[in-house]
Amino acid sequence: MSATETLNAFLTIIRKEVIRFTRIWLQTLVSPAIMIALYFVTIGVIIGSRIGEMGGFTFLEWMVPGMVMMSVINNAYSNVLSSFFSVKFQKSIEELLVTPVPNYIILGGWIFGGMARGIMVSVLVIIVSLPFVNLSVQNWPLAILVIFLTSMLFSIGGFINALFAESFDDVSIVPTFILTPLSYLGGIFYSIDLLPEFWRTVSLGNPILYMVNALRQAVLGSSDLATMGMTIQFALFMIVLFIVILFFLALWLLNRGKGIRA
Amino acid sequence: MEALTIKNLKKTYEGNHEALKGIDLNVEEGDFFALLGPNGAGKTTTIGIISSLVNKTSGQVKILGIDIDQGHSLAKKQLGVVGQEINFHQFEKVGQIIRNQAGYHGLSYLQAKQNAEFFMKRLDIWDRRNDQARTLSGGMKRRVMVAKALVNRPKLLILDEPTAGVDIELRRSLWDFLQEINNELGTTIILTTHYLEEAERLCRNIAIIDRGEIVENTSMKDLLARLEKETFSMDLDKPINTIPSNGDFDFKLKDSRTLSVTVKKGQQLNEVFKTLSNEGIEVLSMRNETGRLEELFLSLVESDPDKSLLLDVKLGEME
Ligand SMILES: Nc1ncnc2c1ncn2[C@@H]1O[C@H](COP(=O)(O)OP(=O)(O)O)[C@@H](O)[C@H]1O
Ligand SMILES: [Mg+2]
Repeated sequence: MSATETLNAFLTIIRKEVIRFTRIWLQTLVSPAIMIALYFVTIGVIIGSRIGEMGGFTFLEWMVPGMVMMSVINNAYSNVLSSFFSVKFQKSIEELLVTPVPNYIILGGWIFGGMARGIMVSVLVIIVSLPFVNLSVQNWPLAILVIFLTSMLFSIGGFINALFAESFDDVSIVPTFILTPLSYLGGIFYSIDLLPEFWRTVSLGNPILYMVNALRQAVLGSSDLATMGMTIQFALFMIVLFIVILFFLALWLLNRGKGIRA
Repeated sequence: MEALTIKNLKKTYEGNHEALKGIDLNVEEGDFFALLGPNGAGKTTTIGIISSLVNKTSGQVKILGIDIDQGHSLAKKQLGVVGQEINFHQFEKVGQIIRNQAGYHGLSYLQAKQNAEFFMKRLDIWDRRNDQARTLSGGMKRRVMVAKALVNRPKLLILDEPTAGVDIELRRSLWDFLQEINNELGTTIILTTHYLEEAERLCRNIAIIDRGEIVENTSMKDLLARLEKETFSMDLDKPINTIPSNGDFDFKLKDSRTLSVTVKKGQQLNEVFKTLSNEGIEVLSMRNETGRLEELFLSLVESDPDKSLLLDVKLGEME
């Protein structure tokens, strides 16, 4: 395929992906926004007022970057997972396999689709947070970069999950048993300062902790990164490293025909 | 040039099921070719390998002279495939499905739109372009499959049992359409079927596949001529040295006491016996030497489309 043809194929996949999740916008965009709004009201406003400060900020301020991250992670991941799984399930993956479109374009197309949804939902979450909290973002470019990279990483994760999933029951295993616990324990609500020594150390093995705090650093100008003895550069480096590793893993699985070729 | 060349192609599925046992196949450019065989013969597996939906175990496949292992993307560019099962996303719109397929082939949005419009109009699905695919009838879905396969204007179009389970009217209109495509655009067409009538009506050349082996590969004409004949084997009461002569029948001596005769279907066997008794030859026993091909054909002819139509219609309603 020539460069133009490759680009056309890439744009076709992305367009199709965006059309897919905007077609079912109630589920994919509105529902996560409502869920986050409920978190803000119940935990942020009502309970949060009794909690007092967290890491030197009001609980609501502390919580917003965590909520943004949680929604980016969930939505990027589940978008690619459910979209690619249903393409596999309905056999419309064959539409792509019979064409010359290279596998990295297929993978890239779905990743961009997942990122588009993750980023859109994160914008919605920020809009929803406006009535509750008056945030002045300290470092916009960094905030955007962190959201961008995180949505990319979890889109790839969702793709790998979709390749392995063989039934609708398989689809929810990783999100329920791995992703959700890691998110809740990834410091979206609390500072790891609050944890006993042992659990603080255990938390360091959770990659989501780094991402949540990287965004918190960008938004609030302060985070747990310092406590963890870590710079923002290192956190970004780790995210990029994970992206590279998982991207090539996904591409390798795709090239082998994992879950899609007999 | 050959539109399709297959050499010693083998496929063993997981669990050691040998679906293809080393098949060879050649299809000339511009041909209308049938791959005929009963269920489970290996037709879909063959097509799956050609269109890279199935990994082959060994062997070589060339599309318009390009090896699919080496010129992977160049080869696929020339190819359009109508799968045996509906394989588009049921919640997408018809127009979108067809346009996207062109996009995956690398066509620009505008070009994709034009090609999609052209084939949707030709296949009478233009009015349904904004409807979700799941709202279409089974026959309409088939047409979407065909439009989708043609939207990149492939040189080689492969259809896997395109008329299985569709009603007579659509079957006929699809036949006409494919013939037009073959004539007008010069598209090489290969279709698999287990209906003899379909192959007979459309195709110039034919291969017959059974249990993972090509048992016959010839022109439709030759095959039909051969099926017109029957061979019988006769045991004689005493040895003979000279073959009886009669212009109407083709006698062959297998050994001194076994004589075989080939007659056109419908020719009187009585005549054969008369000829033999005139020469003083007595037949002790006789059997029909139906070969594998003939047996296969008998079973295929029994699944003639028009005869099995009632069943198809019933299945269609249950979907
Ligand atoms: N994915 C698969 N895994 C294992 N066996 C298969 C698979 N697909 C087909 N087969 C077997 O391979 C043989 C050929 O199947 P297929 O190519 O579908 O035949 P046809 O299309 O001629 O009906 C059959 O015995 C079938 O059961
Ligand atoms: Mg088949």
